[in-house]
Amino acid sequence: MSVPQTLLGLLERGPSHGYDLKRDYDTYFGQGKPLRYSQVYATLSRLARDGKAAPGPIEQGAGPERRRYVITEIGMADVDQWLAEPAPPEPDLQSELFAKVVLALMLGRPAASYLDAQRGAHLQRMRELTDLKRGGEPLTVLLADHSIYRLEADLRWIDHTAARLDMLSKAVQQ
Amino acid sequence: MDRPHRGPAGHALKGGAAVTASSPGPTRLIEARDLILSFGSTPALRGASLGVGQGEIVAVMGPSGSGKSTLLHCMAGILTPDRGEVWFGAQRLDTMSDEHRSELRRNRFGFVFQYGQLVPELTAEENVALPLLLSGTRRGPAISAARDWFATLGLDGLQRRRSGELSGGQAQRVALARGMVARPEVLFADEPTGSLDSVSGELVMDLLTAAAREHGTTVILVTHDARVAAYADREVIVRDGVVGTLTGAKP
Repeated sequence: MSVPQTLLGLLERGPSHGYDLKRDYDTYFGQGKPLRYSQVYATLSRLARDGKAAPGPIEQGAGPERRRYVITEIGMADVDQWLAEPAPPEPDLQSELFAKVVLALMLGRPAASYLDAQRGAHLQRMRELTDLKRGGEPLTVLLADHSIYRLEADLRWIDHTAARLDMLSKAVQQ
Repeated sequence: MDRPHRGPAGHALKGGAAVTASSPGPTRLIEARDLILSFGSTPALRGASLGVGQGEIVAVMGPSGSGKSTLLHCMAGILTPDRGEVWFGAQRLDTMSDEHRSELRRNRFGFVFQYGQLVPELTAEENVALPLLLSGTRRGPAISAARDWFATLGLDGLQRRRSGELSGGQAQRVALARGMVARPEVLFADEPTGSLDSVSGELVMDLLTAAAREHGTTVILVTHDARVAAYADREVIVRDGVVGTLTGAKP
């Protein structure tokens, strides 16, 4: 998740305070990992330095000093470019799952048992996510689906790997 | 909604050795014990055991040719194992007369298969009413009971259509209504979403599990699709004709 571009995207909806951006980021994208205020303001300062956002005047009021930020033309072009670029398609190539299977095979440990345990854990998580979808808000369902499809991809890899363990075992022990 | 059977996955596969995949629930409604079945010289089941509790939804997974559909057909009394026992409550299916077993399938079991298998000459509501008509219910009450399912499954307005005039997802929902119309105690579903796109498949599974839970129906669901299995209370895996459960599931 690119925090600068995501905040910039939220800012394109209209001028916003850092507080509002943090709230919306946490609502839509935080999923239990809220942004720190310091991270929001540091990011906004960098976006302003790079000409992608412009700070408005400091607003005096009863509360702490606040200023609104406005996205610039450069900032909008940056959001355009970011949205058009596909994310890296293989971000998890060297995952723990992969490492455990390879090491189990190298060390002559029971890779099949590990794959079974992992399959069970993945299916359990898929059940929890499927439960979450029942009556969930559309964005909750969308996010749960994203996780479910990623888990399903892992499961396909697990099944495929389990069916080829003998051949793989010979390959890594050479 | 209560989901009383979402318990531990029973015993685990240890080092590839399969052990009995029993229901964790207190009341076992249907049970296969050490089933062995060969088609000619090809073994399909090699000691498969599975116990499923009252109201439980169990997914039977496994690779193609592993024996999962054969196990389902034995538990449903469609196939007879060479050895082993199938119990439905206190009744033993595998030694029952064909007539008695057919009666049981008509009155106590429901079925949903991959390709709906609707009768093309009949309307959707006649297809749904079919299990009731075959059990001797008169046409009027049977059609009336069938119609009740159309609103529940989002099929209003399609009662008079024939299967050729239904989309795949609609046809499969009609098949689900047919499987449930006689209020079966056990619903056997063999790849019920296998021919559907992901959105239609999700709708069928939502409706199938909701209807089963509402009526307390036990469901034995054969699938190779993990997203479909995730609707079940637990899953077992069939490999080389033997049933095992998986480690890693939380109690």
